[in-house]
Amino acid sequence: GSGGFRKRKHDNFPHGQRREEKENVNPPSALMTSFKSFQLELDTRHDKYERLVKLSRDITIESKRTIFLLHRFTSAPNGEEILSESEVKLDAVRRKIKQVAQELIGEDMYQFHRAISPGLQEYVEAVSFQYFIKTRSLISVEEINKQLIFTAEDREETTNMTSNSHEKQPRTWSLRVTPVDYLLGVADLTGELMRLCISSVGNGDIDTPFELSQFLRQIYDGFTFIGNTGPYEVSKKLYTLKQSLAKVENACYTLKVRGSEIPKHMLADVFSTKTELIDQEEGLP
Amino acid sequence: MSVSEMFAALQGALGQDQDIREEIRKVVQALEQTAREMLTLLQGVHQGPGFQHIPKKCQKAREHFGTVRTQMESLKTKFPADQYYRFHEHWRFVLQRLVFLAAFVVYLESETLVTREAVAEILGIEADRERGFHLDIEDYLSGVLTLASELARLAVNSVTAGDYSRPLRISTFINELDSGFRLLNLKNDSLRKRYDGLKYDVKKIEEVVYDLSIRGLNKEATVGAGGEK
Repeated sequence: GSGGFRKRKHDNFPHGQRREEKENVNPPSALMTSFKSFQLELDTRHDKYERLVKLSRDITIESKRTIFLLHRFTSAPNGEEILSESEVKLDAVRRKIKQVAQELIGEDMYQFHRAISPGLQEYVEAVSFQYFIKTRSLISVEEINKQLIFTAEDREETTNMTSNSHEKQPRTWSLRVTPVDYLLGVADLTGELMRLCISSVGNGDIDTPFELSQFLRQIYDGFTFIGNTGPYEVSKKLYTLKQSLAKVENACYTLKVRGSEIPKHMLADVFSTKTELIDQEEGLP
Repeated sequence: MSVSEMFAALQGALGQDQDIREEIRKVVQALEQTAREMLTLLQGVHQGPGFQHIPKKCQKAREHFGTVRTQMESLKTKFPADQYYRFHEHWRFVLQRLVFLAAFVVYLESETLVTREAVAEILGIEADRERGFHLDIEDYLSGVLTLASELARLAVNSVTAGDYSRPLRISTFINELDSGFRLLNLKNDSLRKRYDGLKYDVKKIEEVVYDLSIRGLNKEATVGAGGEK
């Protein structure tokens, strides 16, 4: 009785499911075995890609925060403190980049380049911004890459290293920022410099805007020199760069015009005090 | 280093990059030409008399693969070996096309799916990334998917040419291929898009098999193959 019932129930199985059962019974064919290995290979690749995307996002966020922090530099009285704080933040970003470098051991970097490129660009932007504030010059791509060579000296690494054969040698990982990532990061930097210029005018700093316009002009010349040798993205940034430069140049122009209206000996006083004074000046005939 | 010096150096690097791309493009164009010739040759199997000349056409195609191998050799010398994926986009399309052609030839010869290693050997490249210029797995799978649509077409045309047994064999093959692809977890990329087309090929072939079986033509085919009739 019950046996027959079970049998009938089995017969009612949907067709597709039964076919699958049959396939499980049969020994897997050569084709299926190779597709199983493809599954493994693709899944490994996609997982790695996802991990790198996540790292890249973290790098982007932390770099953005560093940039925001550095924008407070001009207005704050404790400049040194902000610089050292930004250094701490950038170290944290570099630790993330180290993880990226570790993920890419033995891989072709360009295979996963699209996953990490946005993060690296943002990092270039942050680190070059800090470098500019410190030294008033442009960091080179070699300089950036020099900071991205990591050794396995940290304690957290040594635990992982025990499984590896060459424990004794301090292992190094490095990540190279590509010229294109560097260029795109520098193009973004100019936007930050433009903001810095405008805010320093607000603070009554009259030297920085001129310095910035000089610097931006050099970068703009550099980009025009590259022109369309680089990829499409680079030439796309050129337009925004031109706008930033125009804004800075206009700010300098305004400063110059106003500056000539005020007696030379008063100029320093007028600009070194607060913004309200500039506004008042505007109100005068 | 001054800003202008830095940019000059970058421009130099980008210029070199462009030169490499130019060189690659030239070789890829030659490869595309060979692939086109082979495709024209193999398209002949769809025409009535073509079915009798399948082995001969396969043999000719195999000769073309000799040209492909020398072209691949020259492609390998155009860029640093560890920068495969940097320039991957340039040869991706033609490589997929060549995988399809190799898979088609192998199918016509032995009615099996060519393995990744075998394709790599036919094209004169490596199956493993570690060993140099290799065949990316996604390109291999894309080529195989192109084979599926070609076989769907072949099934239809073989019926027209009076070969009633071939569609049945194609049907088994495609079904196995389909279950193979169903094992893969594909991302939402171009491979996934092409995989989505596979079900239409499966459907097309199933329709052909259905048409044959309701007319009893499939029995005729199998009996005919057994030499009874």
